Parts: sequence; structure tokens; C-alpha cells
Amino acid sequence: MSKRKVKETHMPVGECISQVQMILRERFCHQRLPEKPVGMESQHKHLLELLRRTAVHGESNSVLIVGPRGSGKTMLLNCVLRELLEVKDVNKNVLPVHLNGLLQTDDRIALKEITRQLNLENVVGDKVFGSFAENLAFLLEALKKGDRSSSRPVLFILDEFDLFAHHKNQTLLYNLLDVSQSAQAPVAVIGLTCRLDVLELLEKRVKSRFSHRQIHLLSSLSFIQYLDNVRSQLSLPQDFPDTKFYDEWNDGIKMLCEDQPVVDVLQRHYNSSKDFRSLHLLLMLALSRVSASKPAIKPTDLLEASRVCMVDSKANILHGLSILELCLIIAMKHLNDIYEGEPFNFQMVHNEFKKFLQRKSHSIHNFDKPVVIKAFEHLQQLELIKSMDSSTAKIQKEYQLMKLLLDHSQIMEALQKYPQCPTDVKQWAMSAFG
Amino acid sequence: MAAQRQHLGYEDEKLQRVMERLPCRDVQASMLLALMGEPEQCSYPSIFIYGHRATGKSHVIHTLLKELELPYATVSCVECVSVGLLFEQVLLSLFGSDSASLLSRSPSLSDFVRVYKQLCVQASAKQTRYIVLDRAELLRDMETNLLPAFLRLQELVDDNVTVILLSEIVWDKFRPNTGCFEPLLLHFPDYSKGELQQILSEDSHPSYSPELYSAFINILLGVFYSVCRDLRELRHLAALHFSKFIEPLEQGKVKESDTHKLWRNIEPHLKKAMQTVYLREVSSVQWEQQLQMEEKEAGAVRGLSAHAHVELPYYSKFLLIAAYLASYNPARTDKRFFLKHHGKIKKTNFLKKHEKTSNHLLGPKPFPLDRLLAIFYSVVDSRVAPTASVFCQISSLVTLQLLNQVGHDDQLDAPKYKCAVSLDFILAISRTVSFDMVKYLYDFL
Repeated sequence: MSKRKVKETHMPVGECISQVQMILRERFCHQRLPEKPVGMESQHKHLLELLRRTAVHGESNSVLIVGPRGSGKTMLLNCVLRELLEVKDVNKNVLPVHLNGLLQTDDRIALKEITRQLNLENVVGDKVFGSFAENLAFLLEALKKGDRSSSRPVLFILDEFDLFAHHKNQTLLYNLLDVSQSAQAPVAVIGLTCRLDVLELLEKRVKSRFSHRQIHLLSSLSFIQYLDNVRSQLSLPQDFPDTKFYDEWNDGIKMLCEDQPVVDVLQRHYNSSKDFRSLHLLLMLALSRVSASKPAIKPTDLLEASRVCMVDSKANILHGLSILELCLIIAMKHLNDIYEGEPFNFQMVHNEFKKFLQRKSHSIHNFDKPVVIKAFEHLQQLELIKSMDSSTAKIQKEYQLMKLLLDHSQIMEALQKYPQCPTDVKQWAMSAFG
Repeated sequence: MAAQRQHLGYEDEKLQRVMERLPCRDVQASMLLALMGEPEQCSYPSIFIYGHRATGKSHVIHTLLKELELPYATVSCVECVSVGLLFEQVLLSLFGSDSASLLSRSPSLSDFVRVYKQLCVQASAKQTRYIVLDRAELLRDMETNLLPAFLRLQELVDDNVTVILLSEIVWDKFRPNTGCFEPLLLHFPDYSKGELQQILSEDSHPSYSPELYSAFINILLGVFYSVCRDLRELRHLAALHFSKFIEPLEQGKVKESDTHKLWRNIEPHLKKAMQTVYLREVSSVQWEQQLQMEEKEAGAVRGLSAHAHVELPYYSKFLLIAAYLASYNPARTDKRFFLKHHGKIKKTNFLKKHEKTSNHLLGPKPFPLDRLLAIFYSVVDSRVAPTASVFCQISSLVTLQLLNQVGHDDQLDAPKYKCAVSLDFILAISRTVSFDMVKYLYDFL
């Protein structure tokens, strides 16, 4: 790195930091493409070869890329596309069509989107004309007229492929795969999905036209690789303008990844999930604590970021409840213990609460029934309790059957952390019998 | 803290002004600022902020975005009954007034993304755009693909945009079953008692010293804190009761320093207010009028719930009584209650101890029409013909929601009903027809 020909430049720390933020934020948030996909070389080769055959030789293909969320399906595909389009002839020749199952929720919309992206002749400006049937006939006509040698190959990229399988009659999938099976214009149908059972969703006639080629992206990352990944994700690229800062930063990152508490934290994250998205979330939180006055990521930053990531959100919500609401939750817990998870209604909870008040005879907690109902409704609003039956308007609200959506340990833990919890309430919660 | 904020690309005095407007939310605001970064830098695609009601979620976000003059759109999901409205509002506030006309009449998400991309090319922003969705829990009830799409909007429209979701409900309840892009979770913790005291003390009355107001807030929190931690509610209550608090001062009975006497004066008053104003039994205007009249005791005005008395026809009353008895008494006890010569029934067998009072805990049970009519004829003294008007009254009791029909499978043939009135209500009704209700209720034997 020191052999670079660039003139040594020094920028003030503030500017360096803002550069660092710029570069790393683009990496974490904007999912910038890496130079080369890491840990999926064989899949990369497979897909590239497949698409090149379509682009160069005019072969029709269909493939599914399957992997859990955050495993780099889109990244792999985009890397392959970038590489493919770098080839001279291909760039002018190939027509990519991007569809997303979230956006194109039915075939009509998807068809319009295809015609728009292919710039066919019934498109004026940005509007597409004609009915669904006309559009489909027109598109199929256009695809049928082509043949292997003369027409330009089309790459259909279907993101969230499993959502396309929920369309009526799977018309779009059927037609696309049918074109890819018969000797018409060369098309490649690439589906990206996170469902392993996606083939079960397809109709028989659609399934038989699919080539059953699947690329699985199941992460086989070991922890050492994971650590390497963290280091490379946080390091600055070679062309960073300030060399001195570049060296300092990268050394700092190397030190950071050898620090024992940091390794422990990363191990914990590795154990919970191996995907890159959650890693990016963690690193983003750590990065946001870097500023001009503190121009490096310290181990404490990462620990703090991990704490923010790992926090139990229900415990947070429980912490903010009033005493009365907490008492109601304890009463529900006791009801759950006694009746073994049977649903309860407000009357039973109130009865349980009144029993507690009678025994302790503290007038402080002596609230009127409407006030208690208001607290109960607040709990329902927070979705800590859920109504069992759907027709809520039919039954009086005191008699609606409810279920508690918290478990024993969550309640006890929240009670321990609760600020200025009255002792008698605590004891009541501890005691086994209401 | 000040040094940390220096290089975020914002002017110092602006930041100063923002922080002054956000009391007790320093940590959250600076964390958000750090996450947002400089206006030109990329920001995280979606941020999910949760916390209790009135913990300053939207206030912090809006103050930050407004004071720092960032491009943002804020949409309340309650207002958006259709997704089209939502898209329209977002486009209007991000791209100006003529942008929404590009959308078709009932736009799909695909149209929205297309128009957004198109406008982005025309007016490519140097700064991060923010879309704030308030009450985001309602997004779940709209189209299923809406929430996942908004979470990854940055990727879909390929623009530097951040979607901020605000909700009271935790993220676990939002996640769709096939998963989605995980947003960055931020928690806004509730205000502690001290913080509430500090915030509430800020809006003190101009003609009295801040110490006095602070003492008043202290008393108010002492009464209401165990029930209510909602800042807005507490602020409303404080504004309502302050005039009562300073009444002795104005009359010259006590001095400002005599806090004990002031406390003695206000405390019973506040306790009463919990039953009336806090539950909206009496409206705030009524409460204030009542204070001016003075000779009336607080709470003397009948609230909303005291107006539960309903005037019904004679047979309707008995029908309702019969329905109540049918709902809350087990069917096997009917023989003993309503038959004159019921033969011998063992007392021990009749009263199963463990069952006692359970019916008023478990709620009403459904009963068939035949049983209702049988009990009705038994409790009405005179001979009643089963005319159309009797049946008409049953169905009009259903429309009045005093009875509920259970199960809609049978409209004419053997319908089942449940009684939907409270014990107090039915006791009042039975008193008007001089019928001894308690004698017939199994729970009170």
C-alpha cells in the first residue's frame, strides 16, 4: 500500500471522518457491490456460464437462486450481470427486465412493466396501452417471431419469485417458462427466492417447463471467515486520499478484530445469524458513534452497538407500564399458572387483583373498576394481551376472552428491573398461589 | 456531546436550537442524528422507532427534520384509508405539488415506484430524503406487500431515502411470515418520574412562581403517577386543576409557602377527578363550569355512565330479565326456580359449591329461544299471547344491543341469544317492575 504513486496528502480529521462515513455507509446501507462475491465462487461461475450461454449463444434457460434472507442473492446476480455486460457484444445485445414480486402484484401490472422495460411499440412515453389480453398476445407474438440467431436475448429477473407463484393461474410464469422451453426468442428466466419449497408452489404444467436448475446460497461461513469479513467490511479501500489516516484506520480495525470482548460479541452474533444484513446493521450502529472527536471505532462502540441490537423489545415496553398495568399483568400470570394457560376475561383478572388488595389491604392500590378497565384496554392496545375471538363487538368487553402474550421469565425479569416497584407487588408476583 | 455534533454538516446554532426544544431526549436525538449522518451521506434504509404513547417519538423526529431543513414527508397511517392516499401524500411533500398528478387513479405500488424513480431523475436530491410513517401498526392491515416494500424502498427506487416507522407496538408483531428487510430498531424509553416533573414544570403559570407550579406538579404526580404515565394526559390534567389549586391563594387564605395547606386542599379534589375527568365521564368543559359554580360538589354532575337507565316497554323489560336469567343460570336449575311443583330436588346436589359465583366471572352463556320464552312466561304474571309483537320486541332488543344473537347460521329456526347487559342495569330494570331478581339468580343463593 505504501508503494502507491499518489502524492501523500493530509486532510484535517473532520474531512477524513466524513470521507470514511461516506465510504462505509455506502457499503452498509446502500449494499454497494463488492469486487468479487466472497464464499460463493462455484455458484458465481455456474450462473455466469449459464447467462453467458443465453447472451452469447442464444440458449434459453431458467434458473432459481434460493437462499435465506441476507445471503447475497441479489448481490451475486448483480455481480454476474456486471461482469456479463462488460463483454463487448453482450452489452448492446442483452435486454434485462427486472420484476419484483412485491411491486408487480398481479400479472396485469407485471405485463405492463415488461412491455415498458422492453420499449415495445405500444409504449408511448411512459404509458402502456391496451388491455391485458392484448398486451399478452402482443408480447407473446413479439417473443415468438424471434429465433435463436437473430433476435436479442432477454433476461427476465424475477425478484421474490415465490410471490409470482401466487398469481392467478400462474399465467405469467407459465408463458415465460413456455417461451424458454420452445425454440423462440432466447430468454433466461432467473428467479430469486428465499423459500426452499418454492417448487411445491408451482402448478404441474409450470413445473414441468422449468429446467429444475437451482443455485443454493446456503452460507457455509466459518467463524474465522466471519471475522475476516468484519475486518474487510470495516477497512478502507486502497484509493483513500489520506494515506496516513488510511494506515491508522486499518491498523485500528485490525486491532479491534483481535480484541477479546469484541470477538466474544461477534461470536454471539455469528451464533444467532450468519447473514450479512444483520452484520451490516451491527457495524452501522458502531460506525454511527465515530465522529471527528473520536476518529476510530473502539471496542466499547461495538459492545454498545451489540447491546442495542440484542435488546428485548418487550422488556422495554414492560418497563414503561404503570404500576396498575403491571399488577394486572401479574394477576394474568397467576391465572395462567392456576388454570394452565386457559384464556381469561377481564372479570377474572379483576377478581384476582381484588383478592390481592384484600389480603394486603393497602388502600393505595384501590382503584375504581373503570380505571382498571382503562389500564386493561391499554394493555390490549400494546398487544401484550390478545383477544381470542375475532368478533369483538359482539361481547361485552369485560367478558371477552383474552390470552397473555408474555412468558413467565419476561414478566419476572421486567419486575426486577422495574423502577421503584412496591415490595408487596413484588412479593405477590413471587408467591406461587395468587 | 457538543464536539461530537460539530462535524455533522449542520450549523451549530441550529443544533443548539433543536436540542433546546427536546428536553430529556438528548440521548435519542443525538443517536438519531448520528445515524442520519451528513445530509449527503447514505442513510440506513429503514428505521423502526417504538416506545409508549407520548414519549416524544414524532416530536423528536419532526423537530430534527424540520429544524435541520431536510427533505421529508410525514404521513399518518390512520388518515390513509387507501394506499393511493399514502403515495400521493409522500410524493406531494417530497416533490412538490404537481407530482401527484402523475399517479393513476388507483395506483399500485409499482406505479408509485415508477413515478418516484421518474421524479428522482428530474430532481435528483443531494440530501437524504425521509419518509416518516406515523402509527405504522396500521400498515400491517393494508396490503400485505406494502410493509416489506417500504422497508426496502431504498433498494427499490434506488434513491437515498430512509423510511422511518413510528409505533407503540414492538417489531416482533410486524414481521411478515416470509421475512423482510430488518429495520434498525430504536427504543424511546418512557420518561421517569423526575423527567415528567421537569417537563411538566416548564409550562408554568405566568402570574405565579415556577416553584409553586413545580410543587403543584409534584402533588399531581403523587396522585396520578401510579395509574397514568402519559405525558399528554398529565399535562391536560395539570392545566385543568391548577385553577383549583391556587384558589386559596387568590382568596388570601394561605400564603405561597404554605404548601401543606395547599396540598390538603387539592388532594381530595384530585382523587375525585381520577374517577371523572381521567375517564372522560365528565367533559373538561363541564368540569370547569362546575368549578365556577362552587357550591356544587365535584362529581355531583352525573357522568356519562350514570345515564345508563333506559326506558323500555313492560314486556321488553320482562324479556330482558328472562334473557338475563337464561344467560347466567345453568339450565339444570330452571326446574327448581321456575316450576311450581318441581318435585324433590336434593339441596346438596343442587348447590355445587365450587360452581358458585362462577357465572358472573365467566360471562353470559348462550341460550335457545325456547328457553327464553319459557322463562318469560314463568316470570310474567299475566297471560301473554305469543303475538308478533313479542317476537318483534326480541329482535329489537337485539338491534339495541341489549341482546346478542350467537351464530348466524340460523335466522329463523331456533336462534340462540346471549344477554349483553350488566347486573346493575338488570337490577334497576327489575326494580321498576317490582321483580325480585336476586332471588332467582343461582350465583347469589
